[in-house]
Amino acid sequence: MAGLEFVGVRKTYPNGVKAIHGIDMAVSDGEFVVIVGPSGCGKSTLLRMVAGLETVTEGEIRIGENRVNELEPADRNIAMVFQNYALYPHMSVFDNMAYGLRNRRTPRDEIARRVAEAAGTLQLEGLLDRRPGQLSGGQRQRVAMGRAIVREPEAFLFDEPLSNLDAKLRVQMRLEIKRLQRALGTTSLYVTHDQVEAMTLADRLIVMNAGVAEQIGTPLEIYDAPATLFVAGFIGSPAMNFLSGTVADDGAGANLDGAERTLLVAPPASARRGRITVGIRPEHLEPVSRETAALEVVVELVEALGADSLVHGQLADGGEGAAVTVRVDGARRVAAGEVLSLAVAPNHVHFFDPDDGKRLA
Amino acid sequence: MVENRPWLTVFSHVVLCLGVLVTALPIWIAFVASTHPADSMLSGRTPLLPGGNMLENYATVLGSGVKAAGSIPVGTMLWNSFVMALMIAVGKIAISIIAAYAIVYFRFPLRKTCFWVIFITLMLPVEVRILPTFGVVASLDMLNSYWGLSVPLIASATATFLFRQFFLTVPEELAEAARIDGAGPLKFFRDILLPLSRTNIAALFVILFIFGWNQYLWPLLVTTDEGFYTIVMGIQRMLQAEDAEPAWHEIMATSMLAMLPPVLVVVFMQRLFVKGLIEQEK
Amino acid sequence: MEKRVVFSKLGLPILLVAPQIVITLVFFIWPASQALYQSLLLEDAFGLKSQFVWLDNFIALFSDPHYLNSFARTVVFSAATAGLSLGVALFLAAMADRVLKGATAYRTLIVWPYAVAPAVAGVLWFFMFNPSIGILAYLLKGLGYDWNHYLDGTDAMMLVILAASWKQVSYNFLFFLAGLQAIPRSLVEAAAIDGARPFKRFWTIVFPLLSPTAFFLLVVNIVYAFFDTFGIVHATTSGGPAQSTTILVYKVFNDGFIGLDLGGSAAQSVVLMAVVITLTVFQFRYIERKVAY
Repeated sequence: MAGLEFVGVRKTYPNGVKAIHGIDMAVSDGEFVVIVGPSGCGKSTLLRMVAGLETVTEGEIRIGENRVNELEPADRNIAMVFQNYALYPHMSVFDNMAYGLRNRRTPRDEIARRVAEAAGTLQLEGLLDRRPGQLSGGQRQRVAMGRAIVREPEAFLFDEPLSNLDAKLRVQMRLEIKRLQRALGTTSLYVTHDQVEAMTLADRLIVMNAGVAEQIGTPLEIYDAPATLFVAGFIGSPAMNFLSGTVADDGAGANLDGAERTLLVAPPASARRGRITVGIRPEHLEPVSRETAALEVVVELVEALGADSLVHGQLADGGEGAAVTVRVDGARRVAAGEVLSLAVAPNHVHFFDPDDGKRLA
Repeated sequence: MVENRPWLTVFSHVVLCLGVLVTALPIWIAFVASTHPADSMLSGRTPLLPGGNMLENYATVLGSGVKAAGSIPVGTMLWNSFVMALMIAVGKIAISIIAAYAIVYFRFPLRKTCFWVIFITLMLPVEVRILPTFGVVASLDMLNSYWGLSVPLIASATATFLFRQFFLTVPEELAEAARIDGAGPLKFFRDILLPLSRTNIAALFVILFIFGWNQYLWPLLVTTDEGFYTIVMGIQRMLQAEDAEPAWHEIMATSMLAMLPPVLVVVFMQRLFVKGLIEQEK
Repeated sequence: MEKRVVFSKLGLPILLVAPQIVITLVFFIWPASQALYQSLLLEDAFGLKSQFVWLDNFIALFSDPHYLNSFARTVVFSAATAGLSLGVALFLAAMADRVLKGATAYRTLIVWPYAVAPAVAGVLWFFMFNPSIGILAYLLKGLGYDWNHYLDGTDAMMLVILAASWKQVSYNFLFFLAGLQAIPRSLVEAAAIDGARPFKRFWTIVFPLLSPTAFFLLVVNIVYAFFDTFGIVHATTSGGPAQSTTILVYKVFNDGFIGLDLGGSAAQSVVLMAVVITLTVFQFRYIERKVAY
C-alpha cells in the first residue's frame, strides 16, 4: 500500500480549456479521500489523471514514492470503479474479475484464489458464471468492486460508483464500500457530486469548484468552518442561509438588509467596515419568543419531513435575496403566513467577504 | 389495428397474398421449366406443373454444363461464385473492421484524410470506372484469378461506417477499464471489441456474401478463362447459344442453382439479414 | 462524435487503415482519376498517340444523339423502376403493418428476391415473356397483345423495368415495414380518436412520419436503377432492340469495352461519376438533417 501525492497538478486540454488550476495535496496510506463538487468542476479529470486516462499538463502525481505521470494506467498499480461499471458484457463475472490478472500473467491458481476470496467478501459466490447482463444493478456494482479488489492495488479510484443505483441501494452500498475500505486499508480516492455521500464516506474531503480545490479537510472541519461561500453553500443540506448586510459601526454586530434589529454577533476583527455576508445553517436557527429573537421570518412554505420540518420564508421587511430556511422540530406546528422569531447560536454564525467569497477569521 | 374493420383486414390479406404470388411466380415458372425435358419447351408455351426430368436436368448442368452453349459444368461455376463471395465478404469485413478501429480509437496524422478517402469509394461503383479499373487489374496480372475477382471489390465505405457507428456506441469506459486491466490496443481489440461485434459481423457477412455472389459486371470483365466463370455471369453466356432457341430447361436449372445459396442465406438468417440491411440507413 | 479515450500509438493505426487505403487508392482513386484524365484525351485507334483535347469528348458526347437518347431512356427507366417498386412496396408494407397476424411470415415470403442477382431476375422475366414459349407472352396473346421484346423497343423496356422492380420491391418493402413499425402506435390511436379514418390517417400522420425513409429509399432506388441494373440489360436485351434499352451503364461498357472508344467511354464514366456524387451528396445532406432533428 502507499500514499498518493499531487504536486502543483494542472490540466489544460488541447483546445485550451483549463480543467485543473493547480492541486497540491498528500493522501496518506490507507486514507479515504473524497473529491466532491458540482459537475464540470474537474473532479473526474483529477481522478482520471491519477488513473492515467488523462495526461498531466503540469506538475506531478506520485503513488508511493514514484512519479507516475508517464506510466501507462496498467503500470500504476491502481484499480478503478466506473460509474457505469464498465463490465465486459461478453465475459462471465469470473472472467471480468480475472481479466486484469490474466493480462499480468498471474498464475492460474492464484487467480482462482483471489477471485474466490473477493467473491466471498462481496457475496458473489453463486454468480461467478453469469454474464453482467443477467445481474441486478447492485450485483453489477459488486462485480465492479470485485474486479478492483482482486488486483490488490496500491489505490482504489472510484468515479461516482453509486450514481446509477436507486436511493435505497445507494445507502446500502455506501456502507459496504466504507466497511470494505476499512477492512482492506487501501488508499482510496472517491469522486462524487453528492455531498451526503462525501460527508459519510470521507476521512478527508476535497471540495472542488471550477478546477480549484476550494477547501481540503475532514468533513467536520469543512462543515464547521467552510473556507469560502462556495463550500459553505455546497456542503450541508439544506444549504446554508446567506444574508447580506453591513458591519455595525461599533463592530459588535451586523445590520442585515431587511432585518429590524442588529444581529449581535461580532464579526471577526479582520472584517473591514462595510458590506459583509453572514451565513447561518438552517439547523442553527431556533424559534424563540419575540423578545429574545435575533431575526424574524415570515413563513411562506413548510415541508414536513417527519422528524423535523423545513420552514422556508423571508426576513420580515426583507427585500431581494433575504430568503431563509429554518430546520425546526417535527413536532412543532408552523403555518404559512406566521412570523417566526428566531435565535442564533453565536458559535455557528459564519462571516464572509462578499467580494472574494473568503471566510473572515 | 386501432378499430375493428374486418373487411379491411381481409383486404390486406388478399393484397399481401397477391404480392407473395407475384413474388414467387418467376421462381415457380423457372422451377417448373427446370424439371421438364427439352422438348416440352417447344410446345408453344411453358408448362405450369413440374415434369419428371428434374434430377436428370440438374445432374446434367452440374456435371457437364449446358452443352448447346458449350459451357463448363455449373458445379465449377458454383464453386467459383462461392469462393468469390466468401473472399469478398471476409475481405471486406476484415479490412473494414480494422480501419474503423483505427479511426475511432486512435488519433493519428491524416486520420481525417483517411476517412475521406474511404468515404469516396461510396461514389465510385465499378460501373463508373470500368475501363481504367480493368487496366489496373490487367497490369497487376490479376485477370482470371480469384484475387482479381475479389480484391478490387473489397474496399468498403459502408462496412467501415457501420463498424465505426457501432464502435461509437461501445461505452468508452470499457476501453478505459481494459487499459487499467493491462490490455494494450491489440489485446483490447481481440478480447473485447471483436467479441462484442459478433452480431454485427454476422449481419454484415450475410449482406456481403449476397453482394459478392450476385456480382455480374466485374466477373464479366476480369474472366476470359471459362474456368473462372461465376454462375451469375455464366447464365448469360448460355443464352448466347449459337442455336436459334436457348436450352431453357437447362438454363432455368442453372438459374435455380444460382439463386439457391443467397436465397437460403436470406431465409434462414432473416433476423441477421434484416438487421444488417436496416443499419445501413442509420 | 469522437471518442474521448484514445490509444496514443502511431504506427499501429496506420498499419490498421493501410489495407483499406491501399485498395481504395489502387482500385478506386487511381482508376477514377485515370478516367478523368482520359476523358480529356483523344486517342487514335491503335492507342499509339494521344492528344489533349480538353472538353471535346464531352462536347462530342452531348451532341451525340445516341448518347442523349440513352440518357433519356435511363431517366425513363429509373423513374419507372423507382416509382413502381417504391409504390408497390409501400402498398404492401402498409397492408403488412395492418395485419397483426402473420406480418413476419409475409415479410419472409416477400423479402427473399433481394437475394436474387439482377442478372438472374432479368433472365427469369426474359423467359416468362419469351414470345414463343413464355407464359406471360402467351397470356398477353390471349388478351390480344402480341408481345415481342426482340422486335418492339417498348416491350423490351417494360421487360427490364418489370424485372428490375420485381427484385427491388423486397428491399423497399423491408425498409417501409421497419419504418411503419417504428411509428408509435399511440400517434395512430390519437389520430383515430381525433376522428381520422384509416385512409386519411395514413396520408396525414403515417406517411409524413415515413418520409425520411421514403427519401432514403428514393435515392437508393435511383442509384440501383442507374448502376446495379447493368446485369438485367446485359443478360437479356443487350441494349436492344435498336438501342431501346441502352441505359447509360450499358453504353459505357459497350462503347469502352466492346467498342474500345477510350476517350468517349472515359467521358461517359465521368458523367456517371457526377451522377453518383450528386446522389451521394443528396443522401449525405439528408443524413445530416436527420441528425439535427
